[in-house]
Amino acid sequence: MGYVAVKGGKEAIEKSVEMYKSRRFREGQDIEVESIKTNMRQLINQVMSEASFYDRDLCALAIKQAEGNMEEAVFLMRAHRSTLPRLYYSTVTNTREMFVKRRVSASFKDIPGGQILGASPDYTHRLLDDALLGLQTLADYVTDEGEEEIEYDYKLDALPKVIDYLEAEGLYSKPEIDDTLPDDITKKSIEYPSSRSERLQSLTRGQTGAVTSLGYAEIRGYGFSTHPNIGECRVGDQPVHIEDMDGEEYFIGDIELTEIDAFLPDEKESSDKEDHQSEMTFNIGYGLTFGQNETKAIAMSVLDYSLSHPVENAPTTDDEFVLYHIDSVESTGFISHLKLPHYVTFQSKLDRMRQSGRKSE
Amino acid sequence: MVQNFAFLDEHSKKEIRRKTLKAIAIPGYQVPFASRELPIARGWGTGGLQLTLSLIGREDIIKVIDQGSDESVNAVNIRKLIQDTTGVEETIDMNEATLVQSRHRIPEVPLHPSQILVLQVPMPEPLRAVEPSERVTKALHGDKEYSGAWIKMFEQIMKYGHVTDDADYPVLVNGRYVMAPSPIPRFDNPKMNDNEGLILLGAGREKKIYAVPPHTHVASLAFDDHPFEIEDFSDKVCRESGASGVFMDELIDPDTGEKYYVTNDTSYMLEQLNKEEEHVN
Repeated sequence: MGYVAVKGGKEAIEKSVEMYKSRRFREGQDIEVESIKTNMRQLINQVMSEASFYDRDLCALAIKQAEGNMEEAVFLMRAHRSTLPRLYYSTVTNTREMFVKRRVSASFKDIPGGQILGASPDYTHRLLDDALLGLQTLADYVTDEGEEEIEYDYKLDALPKVIDYLEAEGLYSKPEIDDTLPDDITKKSIEYPSSRSERLQSLTRGQTGAVTSLGYAEIRGYGFSTHPNIGECRVGDQPVHIEDMDGEEYFIGDIELTEIDAFLPDEKESSDKEDHQSEMTFNIGYGLTFGQNETKAIAMSVLDYSLSHPVENAPTTDDEFVLYHIDSVESTGFISHLKLPHYVTFQSKLDRMRQSGRKSE
Repeated sequence: MVQNFAFLDEHSKKEIRRKTLKAIAIPGYQVPFASRELPIARGWGTGGLQLTLSLIGREDIIKVIDQGSDESVNAVNIRKLIQDTTGVEETIDMNEATLVQSRHRIPEVPLHPSQILVLQVPMPEPLRAVEPSERVTKALHGDKEYSGAWIKMFEQIMKYGHVTDDADYPVLVNGRYVMAPSPIPRFDNPKMNDNEGLILLGAGREKKIYAVPPHTHVASLAFDDHPFEIEDFSDKVCRESGASGVFMDELIDPDTGEKYYVTNDTSYMLEQLNKEEEHVN
């Protein structure tokens, strides 16, 4: 009965693994990890973000090994992450130093430095391109090979932020710099009520679909149910430094990040003490992800805000509800474990059911 | 790829061992720990596995069981990972093992004082069914406020005439903490009381470690007029070994369509059968 045979379980499992691993060769030709790396960039971005592991080569390998299954690829990367000792934290990284490749504002038309569209699927029509059935070359997609110099007064690694304008207008007051050492959720489990650093770390490694759905629920009708304004959506390369024991800083590389500043209406006490009314102001919801993951980063900014502003009976503003359930490895692991044998617990349940039946007879 | 002995890096193992020591010092109290991801899925025994991997040494002999069987998919998988990353010896014999990892059963053979039993835990919080919030349940444990657990049982008795909790039946440890014993059948609950070995419980996804140290008082929750009841196999006899008084699997004979019973703890059954054979010879 089932697969808890007294003997033979081991061989059956070995054969199942063999069948799974050999399938790709039976179906067709193998592919290079390098092809995945160059052709599946957005998939890699998503895996890096959910795995919270920035390594394009290893993520491409994980995608190949997982046959493109997201939850499996993320799982492989997270498991590998557990084998690596964490030797350093980076020094404080300021996204004002990001080398910007794309940057749009949905709040102001004319922003200092301008709207920089960069590369995005946002402006395409979602029509299947049958030309891609065959192999194409660069010339098929690029009209003008030569790169034209344009005059530009700003430096791409020192672009002003849109939020500076709001601040100058007196519509946003920057919170005081908080130099508390952040909690590290990979070294200490989250304790509730959660700190903001725990929330941001948990959200950025959340499953893309889960973060997006909960962010959507929050703005559609469960929390503040109004839609935020994207002050700035940035994608760019962020330099990262570490510091050795003698306090010397070393540049260790760039990582691609998506950063969101979402503007949300808030209130503050009136500056006039006699006045018992509140003043309207803006507050910021913040999203930051590895790689280009714009939808997730926006949803993250919504949840960052909602979790800091709880509303009664809105699950999307409850840190336990959101943070306990958005992790891909945790949710997929527990749901899939239901496939495991539960013969003993079921036998125990049968015993209770039968007793219940006996009593009523 | 080259992996460290027992997969996890040494810093992680050390942290897990520290949390384990705390758990032993406060029987039944759930100690939060920074659970690591493993090559086995969350919910498939990663809490137990992290305990095992942080404790295992080269001279250990490991036994892994799932649903009472050494050959079940989960047991085979976990044992293979432990062996691949440590090279330690395996056994199915309870008397030989130094470290036993189990899912959903406490073996029929009692633990020795030098043995550690690691149980895999899906839901470490016994009050979760009455209170979804972790910060609230943590406070309830702090206040030893367990009326929710009692009322739940009382309501079951009102509705069905008896307590309906099946496996993972809550226990009171050392007169202090109400604890989820992991989804072992009620049949195994009494084995926890005043037991000789160390029992460690690990919940990977929920990031909790807790423990029942040797000779700890463990009592299943019950009312005076509704005493605790184990699964009833009193009139059942194992078709393979003739044993009784053990937890049984209920099976259907494919030829006759008849229901029959077999000892669930397969290595124990094997031991009984071998003894019998020796006796005959």
